[in-house]
Amino acid sequence: MATKLPPTDAVVVGLGWAGAIIANELVDAGLKVVGVERGPWRDTAKDFNIASVTDELRYSQRQELMLRTAQNTITMRNNPSQTALPMRKWGSFHPGNGTGGAGNHWAGITFRFQPEEFRLRSHLEERYGADSIPEELSLQDWGTDWSEMEPFYDAFEKIAGTSGRAGNLVSGKQAGGNPFEGARSSDYPTPPLRQPYSPTLFAETAREMGYQPFPVPSSLVSETYTNPLGVTMGPCTFCGFCTNYGCANYSKASAITTVLPALIRKNNFEARTHCEVLRVTTDSDGRRATGIVYVDSAGRQWEQPAEIVVIAAFTFENVRLMLTSNIGEAYDPTTRRGTTGRNYAYQTANSVQLFFDDKNFNPFIGAGAVGMGIDEFNNDNFDHSGLGFFGGGSTRVTPIGATPIQARPTPPGTPRWGSRWKRATVDNYASTMSIGCEASNYSSPNNYLSLDPTYRDRLGRPLLRITFDFTDNDLRMAQYVTEKTAEIARRMNPREIVASPRIGPWDGRPYQSSHVVGGFVMGADPGTSSVNKYLQVWDVPNLFVVGASAFPQNPGYNPTGTVGALAFKAADGIINHYLRSPGEMIST
Amino acid sequence: MSKKNDTAKPSGLTRRELLGSSAALLIGASSPVQALTVRGTPEWKPLSNNAVPPVDTDAGWQFFTDDEAATVEAIVERLIPADDLSMSGKDAGCAVFIDRQLAGAYGGSERLYMHGPFQDGTPEQGDQSALTPQQRYRLGLGALNDHCRNEHGATFAELSAEQRDQLLTQLEGEEIQLDDIDTLVFFEIVLQNTMEGFFADPLYGGNRDMVSWKMLGFPGARYDYRDYVERHNEDLGFEPVSIGGRPDWQA
Repeated sequence: MATKLPPTDAVVVGLGWAGAIIANELVDAGLKVVGVERGPWRDTAKDFNIASVTDELRYSQRQELMLRTAQNTITMRNNPSQTALPMRKWGSFHPGNGTGGAGNHWAGITFRFQPEEFRLRSHLEERYGADSIPEELSLQDWGTDWSEMEPFYDAFEKIAGTSGRAGNLVSGKQAGGNPFEGARSSDYPTPPLRQPYSPTLFAETAREMGYQPFPVPSSLVSETYTNPLGVTMGPCTFCGFCTNYGCANYSKASAITTVLPALIRKNNFEARTHCEVLRVTTDSDGRRATGIVYVDSAGRQWEQPAEIVVIAAFTFENVRLMLTSNIGEAYDPTTRRGTTGRNYAYQTANSVQLFFDDKNFNPFIGAGAVGMGIDEFNNDNFDHSGLGFFGGGSTRVTPIGATPIQARPTPPGTPRWGSRWKRATVDNYASTMSIGCEASNYSSPNNYLSLDPTYRDRLGRPLLRITFDFTDNDLRMAQYVTEKTAEIARRMNPREIVASPRIGPWDGRPYQSSHVVGGFVMGADPGTSSVNKYLQVWDVPNLFVVGASAFPQNPGYNPTGTVGALAFKAADGIINHYLRSPGEMIST
Repeated sequence: MSKKNDTAKPSGLTRRELLGSSAALLIGASSPVQALTVRGTPEWKPLSNNAVPPVDTDAGWQFFTDDEAATVEAIVERLIPADDLSMSGKDAGCAVFIDRQLAGAYGGSERLYMHGPFQDGTPEQGDQSALTPQQRYRLGLGALNDHCRNEHGATFAELSAEQRDQLLTQLEGEEIQLDDIDTLVFFEIVLQNTMEGFFADPLYGGNRDMVSWKMLGFPGARYDYRDYVERHNEDLGFEPVSIGGRPDWQA
């Protein structure tokens, strides 16, 4: 039995990007807030040290910062005819744990979604015809629009110190930035990072081909920056231990480097770490969340009553908590009824490797989000008439740092061991680069999240089950954008290229991205969405579920900028709308 | 100095009570983690979460028996042979690395989801073996030597380099079926761990003298390339450095 605690104004579950941002906003609005985090309290000063963070075995191979699958994992299958099996070791994605969440070991790429994305279904129907969207896709509008989102993107970038160059300010287009972005109210808080060789070479070639390359927007700050909360960050040093690592240099923005140092010192906030939430509690008719129940590291259960409940965990846990708490109706793919678990989507990751003889890229110099990209083949930036698919990808070169356990490119046909392997490894280490194309993933009625009937976590709760495969639409798109990428690669004149468009079935083993989205999506229609545009749960007005779980589908961009913006949007909804009429759905 | 970083105590629970609770078994009595309530200025000791002590490479085998160790050394010596590019995987300490990894949390799959039912799935569903790395080596090394005794009348370590290469090729191609363990489950973990040992920081017992980093031109545990990021297509001439420093730092 859970021991009941004194009530609080708001409880926030998960202290990664979304939870930390919302908690801070609510505290500043005068609410008393308790944050509950299943992992440890992480603090740059004690957790990440310049002398020891450069440890590939510990952080990248053994995945020290990631959620341990012993604590919680997912099961996966490609379609309902298969039996889902547990992911015993993280492969395809890397969920985080502890304060900062996956935002500690992320790469830092910080795109804004384009204006069309928030009304994607309407946009495609307007441009290509009412019947243009294939049956296999369940694309839908977000219930919000660019004008509502832009201020919150701006707020997030200012918290993170995001570096980049604007391509489209409300005052006019800017040379050198991304010409396809939505009009921005202000430029990036810090200038673009300086570029290593491989992105520079890519950008030169892309420019020659008539494309418009731009520095990849990056929440690795390029110069000393103090954010609006008074937290100071230092410039990125291109150390090359970035994605999968924590930053010891206060250069990579995360909740622990930008929000929590200020938030934890505020009087109305406390964090409870190593406390895992079991369920959201509701009143008898399920119309009001009464709080949460969590278990601490000693196995004791606590009930935390709250006037407002915010669930801001990773996509998987947001959806699992809603399923185990019976919030909303579980999605059924046969009837297509229910919204909890619906429209799960991913990212379609493609790449082209380039093997040169005459180049030295010094590939150990890098960072998760340093690089150059083009957007000519992303989303709906090109005419899809007659192509047989929708969507596209962000084409870019982002050298993350070639640490040698994992980054040892060799040409096809090279043995995996022995003297010939070693020779090829040495010959290609410094002279190989790759161009990635991080492409959209469009939701389908066949892809969804549900509770696994067999496998349980250490607390006896069902694991979340993923049923997912790439749609024909996305596989055709992958072929197209990868060929466009390969054209640029060939123009760069390497000895050999290896083009790797994503092919099916979805494979849980190789890392692709941690951009798992949907399952509790936002929208204007309660029949096809779980939350409204303020991330407020339909029919449970004091419950807000925030994160990439709200994306109805995934564009060809990394999700974190939008997760941050949605966190500010939810906080705005609570503070400026909900608190004026508590207990009611926000109607504006 | 704030002292607000006390134990989870929404209801007056102290750290001692938490530790003494038999309910800790729910999460695992060996778990070092404790629920904490954090308020105000977080209390921390510098570097408190950063201690990774270097392995003692002279301490003798921690997991392997002498026979197992001899077999592993005979394997890693062929996966990474000595040639004009580097010393062998054996001389670089790969077997020591693997031994120390198996003796630690990795060896027992302590951090992994190891609940059943264990069943074979599609390749895309990944490794579904119920065997921990320790078990994979124990069973695999035994089965490999059984195979060698039956086919060649000698243990793996007693075979010539050419014979060992041929056997490893057959294992990789599943041309040999080992008893007691799936051939690829064994081969793949040995190959993976050998490469980890050769390329990881020397802290963990392999990559002796940073041999693989010198071979590749990987500078190791450096932290600031701001002066170099825009020096393109140039050999920067870095000598590698490990987390523990470099031999020439000693007087």
